[in-house]
Amino acid sequence: MMGLPQLPGAGWRRRTQQPGWLLVAAALTLAGCDNSPHEAGAAASNTLFYSFDERSPRHLDPTASYSNPETAYTFQIYEPPYGYHYLKRPYELVPKSAERVVKPRYLDAQGQALPDDADPARVAESVYDVPVRKGIRYQPHPALAVDDAGRPRYLDLTREQLGTRRSPWDFEHQGTREVVAEDFVYAIKRHATTRIEAPVFGVFSQYVIGLEAYAQTIKSEDARLLAGLPEDARDKPFLDFRRWPLEGATVLDRYTYRIRLKGKYPQWSYWMALPFMAPLPWEADAFYAQPGMNENGLSLDQWPLGTGPYLMREFVRDRLHVMERNPNYRGQPYPCEGTPQDKAAGLLDDCGKTMPFIDRLHVTIEKEEVPRKEKFKQGYFDVPEIERSEWGVKFNSDAEDSDQVRQFFEERGFKFPLMTDISNWYLGFNMLDPVVGVGDTPQRRERNRKLRQAIAIAIDWEEGYERIFKHKGGVAAHSPIPPGLFGSREGQGGFHNPLTHEWVGDGKGGGKAVRRPISVARELLAEAGYPDGRDAQTGKPLVLNYDFQRVLTPEFRSENDWMVKQFAKLGIQLEIRATDFNQYQDKTLSGKHQIFWGGWLADYPDAENFLYLLYGPTSRSVSKGDNYSNYQNPEFDKLYKELQSLEDGPRKQALIDRMVAIVQHDAPWCMGYFPWGGLAFQQWVHNGKPSVLIRDMAQYYRLDVARRVQLLAQWNQPITWPLALLALGALWLAGVAWRSHRRREAATAVRMPAALQGAAALGEDGS
Amino acid sequence: MGRFILRRLGYGLLILVGVNLLTFLLFFTVNTPDDMARLNIGGKRVTQEQIDKWKRERGYDRPLYWNDAEAGTARLTRTVLWERSVSLMALDFGRSDSARSTDIGHEVATRMGVSLQLAVPLFVLQLIASIGFSLLLVFFRHSAIDFWGVVLCVLMLSISALFYIIVGQYLFSRVLKLVPISGFAHGLDALRFLALPVVLSLLARLGGEARLYRAMFLEEIGKDYVRTARAKGLSEQAVLVRHVLRNALIPIITSAGAYLPYVFLGSLVFESFFGIPGLGAFVIEAISGQDFAIVRTMVFLGSLLYIATNVLVDIAYTWVDPRVRLG
Repeated sequence: MMGLPQLPGAGWRRRTQQPGWLLVAAALTLAGCDNSPHEAGAAASNTLFYSFDERSPRHLDPTASYSNPETAYTFQIYEPPYGYHYLKRPYELVPKSAERVVKPRYLDAQGQALPDDADPARVAESVYDVPVRKGIRYQPHPALAVDDAGRPRYLDLTREQLGTRRSPWDFEHQGTREVVAEDFVYAIKRHATTRIEAPVFGVFSQYVIGLEAYAQTIKSEDARLLAGLPEDARDKPFLDFRRWPLEGATVLDRYTYRIRLKGKYPQWSYWMALPFMAPLPWEADAFYAQPGMNENGLSLDQWPLGTGPYLMREFVRDRLHVMERNPNYRGQPYPCEGTPQDKAAGLLDDCGKTMPFIDRLHVTIEKEEVPRKEKFKQGYFDVPEIERSEWGVKFNSDAEDSDQVRQFFEERGFKFPLMTDISNWYLGFNMLDPVVGVGDTPQRRERNRKLRQAIAIAIDWEEGYERIFKHKGGVAAHSPIPPGLFGSREGQGGFHNPLTHEWVGDGKGGGKAVRRPISVARELLAEAGYPDGRDAQTGKPLVLNYDFQRVLTPEFRSENDWMVKQFAKLGIQLEIRATDFNQYQDKTLSGKHQIFWGGWLADYPDAENFLYLLYGPTSRSVSKGDNYSNYQNPEFDKLYKELQSLEDGPRKQALIDRMVAIVQHDAPWCMGYFPWGGLAFQQWVHNGKPSVLIRDMAQYYRLDVARRVQLLAQWNQPITWPLALLALGALWLAGVAWRSHRRREAATAVRMPAALQGAAALGEDGS
Repeated sequence: MGRFILRRLGYGLLILVGVNLLTFLLFFTVNTPDDMARLNIGGKRVTQEQIDKWKRERGYDRPLYWNDAEAGTARLTRTVLWERSVSLMALDFGRSDSARSTDIGHEVATRMGVSLQLAVPLFVLQLIASIGFSLLLVFFRHSAIDFWGVVLCVLMLSISALFYIIVGQYLFSRVLKLVPISGFAHGLDALRFLALPVVLSLLARLGGEARLYRAMFLEEIGKDYVRTARAKGLSEQAVLVRHVLRNALIPIITSAGAYLPYVFLGSLVFESFFGIPGLGAFVIEAISGQDFAIVRTMVFLGSLLYIATNVLVDIAYTWVDPRVRLG
């Protein structure tokens, strides 16, 4: 059979039918394209989306966890006896897993009761009888699963029975039980552990009666248990703390336990607001101690067991963590009291409604700041990070830098509530240093003090961290104690650091603190023996060393350059000795630092927690403590000891005022600034209020999901026409190439001139 | 060939021992076990007891290289270097130093799958695109297309990969809203997240590779066998694909072979910027967290892959060019 003659171009047309289909397929694929990082339909669920940076939390075990990023999980999952009122300021303790916030009873050395206002020196023991809220139940967990006869299902597993399970959700049965007083006592005893890190054991053992000795008992008992096993053995037998009593933590009845402390320590109540004190069932330890658990990544560090509003549903290391509403959580009413500003901001609108409002917390890794910010701007993150309070400050700073950005933020309705954090940043002097330190003779002491004072005046924190580095800015400090804490006078009329500032009245009883002129600093510097920044005796320039604890990135470099300029105002040369954190630690431990950058994030809302940083016995280079300045002042130390045992009141205020005055005079620190804290929320996230201390914030947040879905669709319409343009461009280029090829194929060969032949031959080989 | 492979594997073993020793030396020159402990424990109130306990649990309480407290061979074997090296050579990677619940072997296996999802399509597309583009330039050699193609290559290779990432994320995610700016998902959904890093990574390397391959092809094209092929009437396309490409495969295999380990080990930059939880990101986290257990494992695996790749490349030479004899 003869075929039909093929027309020129017919083959081409047939081939173009395939690209036609390809184009349709491409168009369909593009139609399904969008920039959402979430699964289809996820935005319509009652899920809060946010991110974590760097890596997954290392510890979610309530005894071991003590770092800021981990609080984003531990506070949602565990329920300490107390918490802080979400809206009230100053901070107020409220009961969580405890029935109420208890007042301690005080006993003297003979065990006789003392009145509440007894002299702290007479108090030998503080007794806290804590009632447990009845009816609290643990989240579903296989450790608590029992069979029909009430026997634990999974507390006697062999390695083979465990198999390849890598999550508690891989077990068929989950169980729960009621929280009892024994679980709180068990949690306190766990701080004496030899198995895991217990970062606050040092503090607890100072106060809880018998904890130090209990740790020794545990050590020897555990050694007996582990006899014959290598130290790095993965499977270790269950260390059951119930077997050994602890004098300072005992069960009174099913729902009451007693804590006994040495002396008077009012700050103890704040420790009870941290997950270190949250109830933990012994079954959790028994479960995770079984053979193969460690090998399969099953431990409290990844799979916590708590009573809080959320439970860990998914833990994919360094990628994704999903927390879900704990079905056994009893629910708590949203607070009905707050500050007047809270009412105006609509933070009381959900008064009395049962929390948590949100079903799921979806946390994904985001290492870089640019994509994290972008996802927030696109609406895919409801908040950038839940536990970090710098995002609102950063976005506010971006908005102030550009009208266009501000307008964009306003159009999108982003919310950036700000507050002054209860943390501080300061520039410290090592008081052991011969030049900037305390000095070895009375003359030298006076000279060095004047040098420090001159520097304290010269560093214009108002310029640096209120106007230049706004993205990490704050309010210039006049004392070590941030505003909002009892005893702090920051921001109160007339209060200022008389060394560095003077009060300028406005004639109406008000006024403001104004930094003293640089001429005052120069005079002090001259009196210190360094006129114009040169040693009066040798004529050599004064060179000081700034031991910075990070490697200098461009961001830090600009801040350090600014700091160098502050010293240059006095003619002092500041040499930056930037190191990594470890080398910095070594330097401070050996006392080789001179001037350093320091900061402190409060453990609890008490001025004592900040004044502690200047307490002599905690000197860094002597006792490896947190007093990096190695500051020692007998009067200050004496007052601090008294302060530790005082409750808020006039005596405590008087003590704090005196201690602040001592520090202002001695100037072991240039007071630095109190950073702003700020959160960033989408307009559909409600009830956000920034706070450093309140970490169980997720249960208070409420989402307007319908609004989110509507706005996400509006903000993220894909634009596909540039791709079509790109495809057309490619086609045009292909056409040009094709024409060029055809032209070359059809070209007539011509003899080249002899001179060109050589060049052509070269061109053939070379490039 | 068997003897050749055995010999190469023997050399490889020596290289592995050397690399392991070097990693150990370098790491502990800038870090001490105390530094590692302090950084890993974190928190505010780190005591020396906690540091000692941390070291004891992980076996860092022993001397690094030589144990004077022991006798005989135990002086060498009861050291951090020996204990760590022996387990590594037995492919027992152990636990992470920072997160004890992390089984490194399991993490490597899990994350390698993620890295491969990014790297395998990238590797294949990279080869196709670089060879295709360079062949096109050679096909149109001495024309405007060739000239502007080379200019484009130079431009592309002059630009940092970071620039491609920033511009790509801005353009495709922020402006055109076509793909997520970063993230990862399993299954088919991964395509949405991997499309942009694959395209950008491909563009970032295309300029350099295409220029290199073009030079190789041009070197071949002037040879006698090409002239013979043309003389027998083959089209230019056939000459390029059947003859020039085949004869230029050895340098291409060498170049591609050098890249193969990265296919398994992941890309540090792209995984970090696109939030892809592969092995590249794993290494970055380990370095920043001073997790020596992970760092040495990854260096060891990198060396192992390089050695294996080199052996494979040598074997591939014999397949591409029958004149090559291994011995």
